Amino acid sequence: MSLSILAQVAPFERPAIDWHALAPEIVLLSFGALLTLLDVIFLERGRKYTSTIAGIGLLATLIPVITLAIDGQDRVLFNGAFVVDNFSLIMKALFLLSGYVVVLLSTNYIAEGDYWENEYYSLLLASILGMVAISSARDLITIFVAFELLSIPAYLMAAWRKRDLKSNEAGLKYYLMGVFASSIMLYGMSLLYGLSGSTILAEIGEAASDGQSNSVLSLAVVFIVAGFAFKVSAVPFHTWAPDTYEGAPTPVTAFFAVAAKAAGFVALVQILFVAFWQQADVYEPLIWILAAASMTVGNLIALRQTNMVRLVAYSGVASAGYILAPLAVAGGSAGVGDEALRAVVTYLVIYAAMNLGVFAVVLAIARKTKSAEISSYSGLFHYAPGLTAAMTVFLMALAGIPPLGGWYAKFVVFRALINADTFGGYSLAIVAAVNSVVALYYYLSVLRTMWADDAPDGDLTPLRVPPSLIGALGLTVFATLAFGVWPRIVDTVSDVTLLGLGG
Amino acid sequence: MLLNQFLLLSALLFAMGVYGVLTRRNGVLVLMSVELILNAVNINLVAFGAFQDNVQGDVFAIFVIAVAAAEVGVGLAMVLLMYRNRRSIDFTEVDLMKG
Repeated sequence: MSLSILAQVAPFERPAIDWHALAPEIVLLSFGALLTLLDVIFLERGRKYTSTIAGIGLLATLIPVITLAIDGQDRVLFNGAFVVDNFSLIMKALFLLSGYVVVLLSTNYIAEGDYWENEYYSLLLASILGMVAISSARDLITIFVAFELLSIPAYLMAAWRKRDLKSNEAGLKYYLMGVFASSIMLYGMSLLYGLSGSTILAEIGEAASDGQSNSVLSLAVVFIVAGFAFKVSAVPFHTWAPDTYEGAPTPVTAFFAVAAKAAGFVALVQILFVAFWQQADVYEPLIWILAAASMTVGNLIALRQTNMVRLVAYSGVASAGYILAPLAVAGGSAGVGDEALRAVVTYLVIYAAMNLGVFAVVLAIARKTKSAEISSYSGLFHYAPGLTAAMTVFLMALAGIPPLGGWYAKFVVFRALINADTFGGYSLAIVAAVNSVVALYYYLSVLRTMWADDAPDGDLTPLRVPPSLIGALGLTVFATLAFGVWPRIVDTVSDVTLLGLGG
Repeated sequence: MLLNQFLLLSALLFAMGVYGVLTRRNGVLVLMSVELILNAVNINLVAFGAFQDNVQGDVFAIFVIAVAAAEVGVGLAMVLLMYRNRRSIDFTEVDLMKG
């Protein structure tokens, strides 16, 4: 019986696989497996090399990304489920480079604490693998699996300090919110599949392109956007972010604040631009509200924070609002949509440099003060002028003062909002402008503490910064300055589109 | 093809799951509520797959089951960690950080 059924099945043909397009994922996976293997073979003796190998792995993965970029050809694999185009390549490069900086930040922190080094870097690479994969995912199943691949190691990393109650709490909150968000998003995805009969985003976009509004489709849009709003910590789904950021180990926080948030945006824009392009009248108002609420609430709560990491968390909520803002007007026309996408990519790239820099300084200072309270930063200028100058660069960049990177990120967002030439765009631009002024206040008050106040107890012993942190600081300072002085660099890499490539 | 019955069942499970996540205090019960939502998703996917007459829904459902298993593994580890450190799995007690 079973044999006769088998006989009817067409013989399996191996699909042609473009290995070059998959090379970044394969290289990164090999290095992740290598790390685990080395731990089993060399046990304790291999510990001191793990962070180096992880760093080399991330940089080695950049090589196929660069060769693919030089090749410059859009590659569509697996019936359109996996696409390598300029958008995916720039996001892959962003994830790999910010992952490399996170490895630099982690090196001393993880080695000096009572932590499990090898597992930490294996999980970090697994999480980055999920991010690299999600940049190419144009299919609901691929997006879901890649998202879980990046989230599940992240939950573990948040709770890495096993015996610390705050770290437990950070992991637990992140886990609960993350799982809840993915399950809601999945429910939306199941409805979307039911309506279109396909999981490929481009086919869903075609099936939904008759333009008529459909209540089930609107429900799917709402569920999916709400799920991603959790991931990118947009108000009102942001409540986990400050607690998780404060409780998790600081290098892991840097990873969440930059890479995990960017991954949420990558998946969101892919779904919005490829699958929901015709549903602009459903998602635009939703994102308008999320963006306006995130900017306003994030900045207002940031004003009364006394802990630097929590302040960065709330300023990150506000940044999520700035990044969402251009998406709220993206549906106007193809030109406006492209400009909105470029604004999102530009903001993510510049934001990564500035924010990783802030965390590098926070880590360096915590080596002496053992604290991330803003009050403990007083008098920093007197014993660590270099760190003070670096922090000034990053915070002024976040506030959007030219010629530091942040101004250009804000500028492209405003440009996209104004060029949309709609009431929604202008009103959101006004909200964003008011919020930029509010944000300046809390960044300046941190800087005043660092420059003008006296050191606690007159303790002026100099602060020793390990070489890996100096490397991370150098990279981020350079990137922040370069992006601000020559915005053309970012323009070149962020010249991407997701519209009209059919998958 | 009976589709509505399956969708109603899954909508009911989804609503129960969301209610459970939002109101339950016990860690294990919250995890079970998340599982309810995921099973609602699976019912949806399989029913739609049969309705649309293609296998992508079934494939998606299998991926959801596999990934959910990994996810719950991590979740139970977290609950266990919490129990070791606090001797309680009441989620409302997890409030060291505020503001």
